[in-house]
Amino acid sequence: MHRYVLGRLLGAIPTLFLIVTISFFLIRIAPGGPFDLERPLEAKVMENLNKIYHLNEPLWNQYLLYLKSVARLDFGPSFYFRDFTINELFAQSLPISIQLGLSALCLALVVGGTMGVFAALRQNRPADYSVMAAATLGVTVPNFVVAPILTLILGVWLGWLPVGGWNGGAFVNVILPVVTLALPQVAVVARLTRGSMIEAMRSNHVRTARAYGLTGFMVIVVHALRGAILPVVSYLGPAAAALLTGSVVIETIFGIPGIGRYFVQGALNRDYTLVMGTVVVVACFVILFNLVVDLLYALLDPRVRYD
Amino acid sequence: MTKRSEQPVLAIRNLTVDFEIASGTVSAVKGIDIHVNAGETVAIVGESGSGKSQTMMAAMGLLASNGRASGEVVYEDRNILGLPVSKLNAVRGRKITMIFQEPMTSLDPLYTIGRQLAEPLVVHGGLSWKAARAKALELLKLVNIPEPERKIKSYPYEMSGGQRQRVMIAMALANDPDVLIADEPTTALDVTTQAQILDLLADLQKRLGMSVIFITHDLGIVRRIADRVYVMKTGEVVESGETAEIFTRPAHPYTKMLLDAEPAGHKLPVPDSAPVLLEAQKMRVEFSFEAGFLAPGHILRAVDDISFSLRKGQTLGVVGESGSGKSTLGRAVLNLLPAQGRVVFKGQQISGLDRASMRPLRKNMQLIFQDPFGSLSPRMTVGQIISEGLLVHEPALTARDRDARACQALEEVSLDPAMRNRYPHEFSGGQRQRIAIARTMVLKPELVVLDEPTSALDRTIQKQVVELLRDLQEAHGLTYLFISHDLAVVRAIADTVMVMQRGKVVEAGTVDAIFEAPKSDYTRELIGAALLTQRQVTEPA
Amino acid sequence: MTLTVTNTEAPVRGRSLWDDARDRLLANRAAVASLIVLAFIALVSVFGPILSPHDFDTVYRDYVKVPASLEAYPRADQVEPAFQSAARRARLSVDSYERQGSMVIAKVSSSREIDPRSVRYIDRSDLFRDADLSGLSADGKSATLSADINFMHFYFGTDANGRDMMTRTFIAGRVSLTIGLLATLVAISIGVLYGATSGYLGGRTDQMMMRVVDILYSLPFIFFVIMLVVFFGRNFILMFIAVGAVEWLDMARIVRGQTLSIKRQEYVQAAEAMGVSDRGILRRHIIPNTLGPVVVYMTLLVPKVILLESFLSFLGLGIQEPMTSWGVLISEGARNLQGAAWMLIFPSIFLTSTLFALNFIGDGLRDALDPKDR
Repeated sequence: MHRYVLGRLLGAIPTLFLIVTISFFLIRIAPGGPFDLERPLEAKVMENLNKIYHLNEPLWNQYLLYLKSVARLDFGPSFYFRDFTINELFAQSLPISIQLGLSALCLALVVGGTMGVFAALRQNRPADYSVMAAATLGVTVPNFVVAPILTLILGVWLGWLPVGGWNGGAFVNVILPVVTLALPQVAVVARLTRGSMIEAMRSNHVRTARAYGLTGFMVIVVHALRGAILPVVSYLGPAAAALLTGSVVIETIFGIPGIGRYFVQGALNRDYTLVMGTVVVVACFVILFNLVVDLLYALLDPRVRYD
Repeated sequence: MTKRSEQPVLAIRNLTVDFEIASGTVSAVKGIDIHVNAGETVAIVGESGSGKSQTMMAAMGLLASNGRASGEVVYEDRNILGLPVSKLNAVRGRKITMIFQEPMTSLDPLYTIGRQLAEPLVVHGGLSWKAARAKALELLKLVNIPEPERKIKSYPYEMSGGQRQRVMIAMALANDPDVLIADEPTTALDVTTQAQILDLLADLQKRLGMSVIFITHDLGIVRRIADRVYVMKTGEVVESGETAEIFTRPAHPYTKMLLDAEPAGHKLPVPDSAPVLLEAQKMRVEFSFEAGFLAPGHILRAVDDISFSLRKGQTLGVVGESGSGKSTLGRAVLNLLPAQGRVVFKGQQISGLDRASMRPLRKNMQLIFQDPFGSLSPRMTVGQIISEGLLVHEPALTARDRDARACQALEEVSLDPAMRNRYPHEFSGGQRQRIAIARTMVLKPELVVLDEPTSALDRTIQKQVVELLRDLQEAHGLTYLFISHDLAVVRAIADTVMVMQRGKVVEAGTVDAIFEAPKSDYTRELIGAALLTQRQVTEPA
Repeated sequence: MTLTVTNTEAPVRGRSLWDDARDRLLANRAAVASLIVLAFIALVSVFGPILSPHDFDTVYRDYVKVPASLEAYPRADQVEPAFQSAARRARLSVDSYERQGSMVIAKVSSSREIDPRSVRYIDRSDLFRDADLSGLSADGKSATLSADINFMHFYFGTDANGRDMMTRTFIAGRVSLTIGLLATLVAISIGVLYGATSGYLGGRTDQMMMRVVDILYSLPFIFFVIMLVVFFGRNFILMFIAVGAVEWLDMARIVRGQTLSIKRQEYVQAAEAMGVSDRGILRRHIIPNTLGPVVVYMTLLVPKVILLESFLSFLGLGIQEPMTSWGVLISEGARNLQGAAWMLIFPSIFLTSTLFALNFIGDGLRDALDPKDR
């Protein structure tokens, strides 16, 4: 088991290396530079800046320098937020995004899972249809529509919740962003759970459990749900990675100082280190959560073994 | 057989089962009466679609959600049909238990068998988990599972089909049931395993004295274990009575047909003067499993040093259980998978030829598959499927000619040529196998390899297909390599037989030599287990 | 044997799996309703801008952010103030004002001689047209000014620049739907080719090709799109290539899986045993049987692409003014949420109904093509 985890983590290094390389050169080929402002800087200042950030050196050298510093887990200074290093920016914003994402993830799992099981047990009845219609709505209505509408109703008209801001993660400030972030995931989890639950309830081993007069809890939870949750787990891996690394839309609309905004800002301002740092963080999360999913799988399904 | 009393333990009265489907209501069971007395074994016999399984599913409250049952299922003077689940569970899994056809999927793959055996004991017997586990161990010993202390911690995927079915039986016996319902419990198993499971069931019934309802399509099994028989056809009981009575004096024509469905006939060997069509020498097929991340690689020798020759007009039956390598051999002979050894077809060496050089030869050597559902391309019409080979081998034909040839081939397999624009899913299993046969016959081949062509079909249909194959052989002088696990079919169609086990030939000879005087133990075991009930074989004492 | 066609009567026509699927789809009420909704939105998007009295980029400075209404503008109480201010701009003072039906007649005077060209100031207002100066007094300092009131309808209201929201919503629909379709075609073409090649060749090539897909998967995909947008510039034509180039990964996986499983089917083995060539097997057996999942995925990809485009536009990376898409309109609407809710509501309704309809059609198609799922 430990050997497997170690092997997987070591195996991630070449992947990460490839990702860093691809994105490094991609962003460098893009036209424009970090100091091309609307009002051009003086030549002397420009030269100094280029020197400080090593932009005057050949691209190959810059690449090697960057690899070296990333290997030390140092993402370098930000080009745009010039008083900060990328590590400092992430230290402030990543915990916020993680808190937000984790809450949304839990909400999605609990609410979506319950809805899915409920719909599956009442398949093709009105309750099922309404849950599924709600789920389709959740999947289709984009969050940049949901967020303003919820703000309009709950924040502006009714005045129950603050319209935006983080406020140190106060409960009332978190509700709207978490709900908005979770809605599409709730919908997907509900649909997935319903589908696999219906299949599980029709499977032969659940028929056996029913034929042997086991209690409803044992049939539904112990025998059907444990197997039915597997597809949800494998969906939630990448979804969790995406949620925890922040959402551009949610953070922009609600004015939350998370990591998601940096992506767009970084790319638009050609803040090379910021974009690169975000790419590496997201890739790490994806790799990590894929591993977590595989381990969870092994925990749930004895046929999967890693030793 | 066992002691009996005339008191019914379980009585089904006027039971109907209907299913709501998109196009309306389908009635699967149409008002039947069945009862089982204490200590008695009753068999319900019928072909697929006769409603025999749905009868018992309805009685146990296990119908699919679109199914409706009405009538009475009386146990201990109480109608248990339509009881709410909580009340039904006082009987279900405790006093009436059930074993299913699919040993591979009937146990939950995610829990150890110990845990699954313990569940009904805890729920119904009120045992603690610890006591239940101890009882589970006893049960595993009762059903003769080797190394029960180790197996109790195993997961279903770590056991063979036969062992899983033993676990199911143990589970069924856990709470000392009055009635055990066995729904085709041996159908998915190899013949030798099948015989062991039947023996076990018969033995346990003798010792524990419960009643058994045995659902099956196999008359051999019925004759061997049942006291009384119900014969079902399209949702109705057409005949019932004592087993001996039914077998000796069947009254209903359907029963007669079922009894007569055992493939009959005998093929004489071809004269030694007949030319050799195919010669295979030292055939060997290996599958290598590449080493995985942590799993060592290994090599499986599926076919191991097999040589044989086929004369024109001959039928060689290749017999063996699953995993014996018989299907692999059939494909290797046709050069459809890489093999070592030498194959000579009509004087030309074909082993080692590439696909392009094989192409002109393919016309003369054809393959028919087991699964009539999977072997026909689902989005082509029957006419297109049949004439596809003509596109390759007789490209000069016009579309009209191809159509005419397809019609002709369909007539040859007794199907209406007007059906040629229909799609495979619109036909029954037997009809599809006829279409598959027509597809090969349209090319007028000389050698046909038949890979379990009758295994997926009902007995009565099997008989027709065997007769069709025999007629075609006579009409066109075909040579068959007939692969099957079904000894009855092989005996009816082959003139020579080769018995395979784990990639090797155990025994080979004429059909009479093999069946009347088998030399190897394995062959004897196979024949004994195959329950060749109909004519020669004597009832086991 | 001789060739004789024994059956001369017309053979029974079979029902193909496609026929069955079509019937099942048409029996699915949600899917049929969605088809109708989608057809309606598509028609309105294509022909709406042509039929609409307003151009999508015409700016009505006098109608900035007017609410959606079925009644015509200007409202009765808007006419006089507008006339007064227009007259002021023309340096005329209004001595008497009178409204007669759809006309305004006023006596105007000025401290200087009235220039007849000053009626242009009235015409320049969006509320009036055909202004006419008559009865000029002898000294030229007073006259009668008459003008027709220019009635206009803004059923969806106007935006912050005073442009008609209805026409803009329609034209945005054109853009969004076009991008949705084109980008999906790009994604499907790349995905099907890549996946089928990978699955059919198998072995080491397959492993390599799928490894590439895996790596692309773990790249953050917004990064991808932003990079592509940065490369291509904010070009409407190239936009869909960027989106399509990102969305092909799933398709490649699906098609590869399908190809692999069909390759193992007995009917493919049967064709091989009959000596059918690779091309024949691909054309007659593999492609027709992969088509179902591809069609389903395509239907579900269109809304995904539309959503992605809207998302980019929302971030300000998409379509540029004065062209517009639903995403652009929604982002403007969100900014003007307080006080001009119609700017958010109408494009949202159109976008959401389209996505909803496409999802229902996709689900319906999947159920129709693969009835086991239900």
